[in-house]
Amino acid sequence: MKNEEMNEGKMTVIVQTIAALLFPLALIFSFYVIMHGHLTPGGGFQGGAIGASAVVLLIVAYGVKHVEEKMSEGGFSVFESLGGLIFVVVAIFGLFLATSFLANFLVNEPIFGKIPGWGESPLNSGGILPILNIAVGMKVIGGLSAVVLILALISREGEEK
Amino acid sequence: MIYNLPFLTVVALIAIGMYAIIFKRNLIKIAVGITILESGVNLFLITLGYREGGVAPIFTNLPPGISPDQIPEKMVLPVPQALTLTSIVIGVAVLALILSFTINIYRKYGTLDAGKIRRLKE
Amino acid sequence: MNVMEHLPALIIAIPLLAAFLTPLVDKISKKVRNAVVFIALAATFILTIFLVQDVFENGIMIYVMGASNPTQTIPMQAAVPIRIVLEIDGLSAFMALISVLIALIGLIYSFSHVEERGGKFYTLFLLMLVGMLGMELTGDLFNLFVFLEIASIASAALITYEFKRGSTTEAALKYIVISSIAALFVLFAIGLLYGEYDLLNMAAIAKAIKITGLSNIDMIALILFFAAFAMKAGAAPMHMWMPDAYGEAPGAVSMVLIAVTQASLYALLRMCFTIYADSLHVVIPAAIIIFGLISIFIGVTMALIQDDIKRLIAYAAVAEVGYILLAIGVGLYGVLNNEVELYARKALQGGIFHIFNDILDIGLLFLVAGGIIYITKERNLNKLGGLAHSMKYTSILFLIGLAAVAGLPPMNGFASKIMIYESVYKVSPILSIVAILASIIMLAIFVKIFHSVFTGPKISEQKDVPKLMLASMIILAALIIFFGLFPDIIINNVVNPAVNALIENAAYISNVMG
Repeated sequence: MKNEEMNEGKMTVIVQTIAALLFPLALIFSFYVIMHGHLTPGGGFQGGAIGASAVVLLIVAYGVKHVEEKMSEGGFSVFESLGGLIFVVVAIFGLFLATSFLANFLVNEPIFGKIPGWGESPLNSGGILPILNIAVGMKVIGGLSAVVLILALISREGEEK
Repeated sequence: MIYNLPFLTVVALIAIGMYAIIFKRNLIKIAVGITILESGVNLFLITLGYREGGVAPIFTNLPPGISPDQIPEKMVLPVPQALTLTSIVIGVAVLALILSFTINIYRKYGTLDAGKIRRLKE
Repeated sequence: MNVMEHLPALIIAIPLLAAFLTPLVDKISKKVRNAVVFIALAATFILTIFLVQDVFENGIMIYVMGASNPTQTIPMQAAVPIRIVLEIDGLSAFMALISVLIALIGLIYSFSHVEERGGKFYTLFLLMLVGMLGMELTGDLFNLFVFLEIASIASAALITYEFKRGSTTEAALKYIVISSIAALFVLFAIGLLYGEYDLLNMAAIAKAIKITGLSNIDMIALILFFAAFAMKAGAAPMHMWMPDAYGEAPGAVSMVLIAVTQASLYALLRMCFTIYADSLHVVIPAAIIIFGLISIFIGVTMALIQDDIKRLIAYAAVAEVGYILLAIGVGLYGVLNNEVELYARKALQGGIFHIFNDILDIGLLFLVAGGIIYITKERNLNKLGGLAHSMKYTSILFLIGLAAVAGLPPMNGFASKIMIYESVYKVSPILSIVAILASIIMLAIFVKIFHSVFTGPKISEQKDVPKLMLASMIILAALIIFFGLFPDIIINNVVNPAVNALIENAAYISNVMG
């Protein structure tokens, strides 16, 4: 029983349980890093890489076939395209609604309106920066997870031959 | 002299990276060589921004004892950090691409030796 | 809202939007995806024509990203530009026009094998176009580096699109390793310039170099830039990736790859003529001329012995890049010695006109070769034969492309090559003799191909290429003949402003720095 499971790429029950507990914590940490990109070090790429490593933790613990059934590679691809689309659409809004491409048109508006100052700053400040961070974070999670998933699938096919 | 140490490391990393790319024949070692070269250039960009006695350039997190009009002298430069971050992202994408190519070459040719690939049939 | 003043940002944003929209639309229906991609490219082409008109009437166009006033480069409290500035002068507009035109023709060609192309092909194609356009329109050094990397990653993935054959992946691996090393050299040089001047804007650095002269760090940065962009542009000792990459890429991608290498050549021109301008040492134009001569020689001699049809055309492309480098080297030499009106202006006109003609001519040859491979599934010259019986239109188009590349009179290749021969002769007659000899050998090579592939007894029954492929090839052939018969239209309206922008960099600097 253990040999079959090891051949499929899964790990033991202890590792699987702990990975299942850690996955939501890692995702929450990655969302925290993404959302606070305009106040603390972090932002889109850093938080996205943490989120992708959460997915990689699942792949290592449960085996790639199991993860592929639950979250397919096409789903990650759509998630990634949505992230890119939001970024370009927000940038073009700056062109049509305000003065130029990527202009910060949300300053002094009710949502994300305040200007960060020295010392403490609230979360809904910074104009379009948090929205761009979320878009980049979506793109990076989707992109890096899809890359690792496909590489794992190809290696598994190569071993089975 | 101690402030020149990062620049000497940069030169060493770039030399090791170029040696690996030019003289090694295994495709994985060439990919590692590109990564080392990129690490050297990133280290160079960050070291450019260092100012002696400076703190991290976080806008909202001033350490105690510094007032906002002392900022330009007491913080390291933030622009090279943004350049380095962009370069790291590009390096990840290039590395993923090179490794995918290596996997495909291994499946088609059966070997990872850069000298033998052209002469083999698939 | 005035669309005219936001043109540069829209030209980059519309293909980017279409590139991210394509994978989502692909899941719905393939016809809608093709329509979205075509509409995006057609809109970009129309906007680029407006941009070219605007630049040629009103001078240099500036666009500041993210500012409250798109033309105000230096904000209130500062003395240097802070934001990313897009600066478009005559040369940038010219290169952007060529890139979008070639991408549109390549797209029409790709639609003909529509059942074999997946959704990711069009995303990568549009991203390659965004990378090219970004490199040509930007006025900021780090922006140039980022778009250079976007273009090389997208084109490397496109080269290996038919990954069932292992040789495509090997060609793409060589391409991405060399591109990556070149881009890292560029980043190192940008770091050096930033450390010295604390500026990333091209016009600001040009003014600083003019004021303070050329220091040692600037010379090291110049050598790194020159080596990196020459590697990417396919200058001679570093051209090894070109035959593989052009020869193994599918269909129209070979043609658009030529435009990507010309974008790197544009970056080299920007470095030498605008940023470093008069502080250059005379070694630089001498090096460019020598690289040009070696490229011509290697390209033509290696093309004689090839078996594979696309690889042979790729070596001819190496030789054509040699011609462009020769003309540019002579022009730079003349500008540095202040002998502009004697021969430098004509050399630069010939070189820049030849960039345009080279893409059209070699592009037509690549499209014909792609059509032959699509119909007969055979790439080896020894096994092809007698195709003129069944593929009549294709053989006539190949004849037109052959005459254009070899520089025969009614085609546009003749117009640009004779300008190069005349101006290069005044520097040294030997350069001119080598160039003419290479043209003659190239004529011999292509006549040999025409004879072996198209004439002779019929080997098997083939039909002609699909209609969309023929349409794209006929557009190219029509442009070749039109610009061959009336070269003055394009020289006076499009090439002269580009040459003026190269010779004088004062306007470039004063538009940004005030």
